[in-house]
Amino acid sequence: MINRTLLTTLCALALATPAFAQGEVNVYSYREHKLIQPLLDAFTKDTGIKVNVISASSGLEQRIKTEGVNSPADVLLTVDIARLQEAVDSGITQSIKSPVLDKAVAQQYRDPAGNWYGLAMRARVVYASKERVAQNAITYDELSDPKWKGKICIRSGQHMYNNALFAAYLAKHGEAKTEEWLRGIKANLAQKPSGGDREVARDIAAGKCDIGLGNTYYWALMNDKEADRKPWAAATKVILPTFQGGGTHVNLSGVAFAKHAPHKDNAVKLVEWLVGEHAQHMYADVNYEYPLLSEIKVNPTIAGYGTLKADALPLSEIAKNKKAAANLVDKVGFDN
Amino acid sequence: MATAELADNAPGNNARRSRVWTPFDLTAAAFLIAVAALVVIPIANLVRIALSGESDIWADLVAYVIPEALRVTVLLLAGVALVTAIVGTGAAWLVTAYRFPGRDTLSWMLALPLAFPTYIVAYVYVDFFDAFGPVQNVLHALTGWTPGAGSWYPNIRSLPGAVFVFSVVLYPYVFLAARAMFQTQSACLFEVARTLGATRIMLARHVALPLARPALAVGLSLALMETLNDIGASEYLGVRTLTLSIFTTWLNRSSLPGAAQIACVMLVAVAALLALERYGRRDKRFHLVLRRSQPPAPIVLTGRAGALACAVCALPVLLGFALPAASLAHEVFARGLIAGFDPDLVRHTLSTILLAAVATLAALVLGFGAVIAARLIRRPWTGAALMLAGLGYAVPGTVLALALLSPLVAIDEGLNVVSRALTGAGVGLVVAGSGAAIVIAYVVRFLAIATGSAQAGLARVSTHVDDAARTLGEKPGGVMRLIHIPLARPALGGAALLVFVDCLKELPATLLLRPLNVETLSTYIYQFATRGNFEEGALAALLIVAAGIVPVIRMARYSDLALMPEAAPE
Repeated sequence: MINRTLLTTLCALALATPAFAQGEVNVYSYREHKLIQPLLDAFTKDTGIKVNVISASSGLEQRIKTEGVNSPADVLLTVDIARLQEAVDSGITQSIKSPVLDKAVAQQYRDPAGNWYGLAMRARVVYASKERVAQNAITYDELSDPKWKGKICIRSGQHMYNNALFAAYLAKHGEAKTEEWLRGIKANLAQKPSGGDREVARDIAAGKCDIGLGNTYYWALMNDKEADRKPWAAATKVILPTFQGGGTHVNLSGVAFAKHAPHKDNAVKLVEWLVGEHAQHMYADVNYEYPLLSEIKVNPTIAGYGTLKADALPLSEIAKNKKAAANLVDKVGFDN
Repeated sequence: MATAELADNAPGNNARRSRVWTPFDLTAAAFLIAVAALVVIPIANLVRIALSGESDIWADLVAYVIPEALRVTVLLLAGVALVTAIVGTGAAWLVTAYRFPGRDTLSWMLALPLAFPTYIVAYVYVDFFDAFGPVQNVLHALTGWTPGAGSWYPNIRSLPGAVFVFSVVLYPYVFLAARAMFQTQSACLFEVARTLGATRIMLARHVALPLARPALAVGLSLALMETLNDIGASEYLGVRTLTLSIFTTWLNRSSLPGAAQIACVMLVAVAALLALERYGRRDKRFHLVLRRSQPPAPIVLTGRAGALACAVCALPVLLGFALPAASLAHEVFARGLIAGFDPDLVRHTLSTILLAAVATLAALVLGFGAVIAARLIRRPWTGAALMLAGLGYAVPGTVLALALLSPLVAIDEGLNVVSRALTGAGVGLVVAGSGAAIVIAYVVRFLAIATGSAQAGLARVSTHVDDAARTLGEKPGGVMRLIHIPLARPALGGAALLVFVDCLKELPATLLLRPLNVETLSTYIYQFATRGNFEEGALAALLIVAAGIVPVIRMARYSDLALMPEAAPE
């Protein structure tokens, strides 16, 4: 057993995955390995196509771009719309025509040219103390209201989840108002931005602050799956905030087709499978995301937050405003 | 011709006068240049990327990003330097100058934190000190009080918290270097000083410390480079360093050139600091040529003084090793990670060890080869070539990986052209898409350790010895085989262990360069950490420590260690 493992390891290390092998598909993934692996295993079981994965938290577009025509990448899985758009902008994608995909994924969640498709959604929401926060509705604008002075916790303003939210605000309200809004939030922070979304719940539960921002699935995971963090979830509630006159900010888990995909047909099969019922159920119940396939129900814990009214701002606007949002975060010294 | 060479090899005029190039010299020079090129090529590519960019972003960076990032980075580095210097040299002084209960054990245990990747210890300490962690739980149970925001209770997610975390993990670099230096200091100096009425404190301050300065410089620069390389711990602890700014500039502003520009500025600053330190001790000789020099006899501490010395030395081991290890072990059992053992971990452990071992071997051969080559050919430019070969350590792993990508792909493209011409089919990305990419990145990054150790190890072998051997008719290859390698063996062993452990822990370059389906233990843990669930990777974290612990203990037990500074040539 050890010998065989050693041999496999040696082979894997010594050889690039042959670009011409049949029955394979190569996935470059920003999705954490452990989250995407159950889906990919199920795909292999259903179709017999072997899936090879590289997962990283940054730099995969750059890698595909540099690898050029010899790149083994077939698809790029991302957890952020801006990354999908960037992949398209840097010329590393190709457009795919697939009636199956066009039917399954609503128009606002896919690239009109077919370079990328959304697979599932998450919303950026407010975690609030059950004990100290009475209100059950809130707007993103209200986060800069001085009534929250010293009461907000948040992770780095440069983290892509916050960056996308700020970019959406910027697209709606323009630079001057966004700057003022960010300064307002900054003035309300209980402590310097740090930690991750779970720490927001932890800090609220510990009484360091009253509200904070987090993604929808973190709270659900803490509540349903992580016994030692259950108290953090228990002390907090999730409020779906809205933009003034708009909906809740959502971001996409999505997939782009690599330009020089050596296994293009398998890549299309994989993506078609990912928007199919089996995979969408897994997105909903294993990853706690909002499935894009309308027939699939959201997980009951997520449904408990209330009905999601996703904001109507085209996602491409978010991608477009990402750099300006990053600049404003630095300008107001959000993380300092 | 042999006569001419011998005449020129006379001491005192090394590298000054031109002499005839023998084929051996040419081979050695080519080798040395090739090794330097390995590091220079990615750095040149980084400069190219930096120059390719738009300049509008630079104005924003200078206005909003760099001043604060610089301030934080300087404070972090200063804090880490101060704490690791005090803890590292203090502990090294105690275990070499005194004998007290537990001294023999502590003397190697003090090196153990080296086996831990910094960011894992950061996660452990946040869990430990933060709300709902054991410290606050105990506090709450005793007093009924929970620290809120702004209370006196120290926030681990802060700059001082980061200084603490980095220092408890990185002080062993200083400790090992200082201890090696103290151990080889001659007793005579201390005896003379004591006869002249010096107190213990005066001994430490006026004799031991000045003599240990080169060692301190080497140990500190290793610790500080590791601090600069970090992204994971800094981000989690909310400390916006320059390295983190490089990262956000690249990702959020989608500006690789902007990121490369900051990286270049940082590289220049680091190179300048290293040069400054070297310049500061330019005219000093730090090694003693006393024959039969013996380390000073340790002073025996008993009773309260002995217990105090023991406690002082035990504290860093406790904070940097025992506590994080216990906390991870607790998570392993609490989460049933052994019962639910992930079989993939066996494969990942093997990959990790294999990659680290191959890279270590390569780094040693190249690093020691380059230093010996420089020594044999004795030309003025060889010092510069060796300095360039050591620059990789000053480039953060992520940046290094990005800078390496296109040269690696260029090699592959060349190979594909050849392969198509010969067989009609391409071979794909055999370098950039395989474990070779990771090995190359490790070598570029850690070559400094190999060249530094080799220089230190060989500096103590007088070039007169080479000359004597040559006079007796030995060829340069023979000098290398019979003299340099055997005499440098302790340094070689120490360097091997240190490079190996550093490779085991390496994260950012591995993350970006690894082939399909390959994970190392570091990247395996990282996927949990990014999701805020690092405890699921606790077993893998312990496996890294387990893989690293034997080398670290061996390294700590070597009395004659790799981290000896490069002394000025005689």
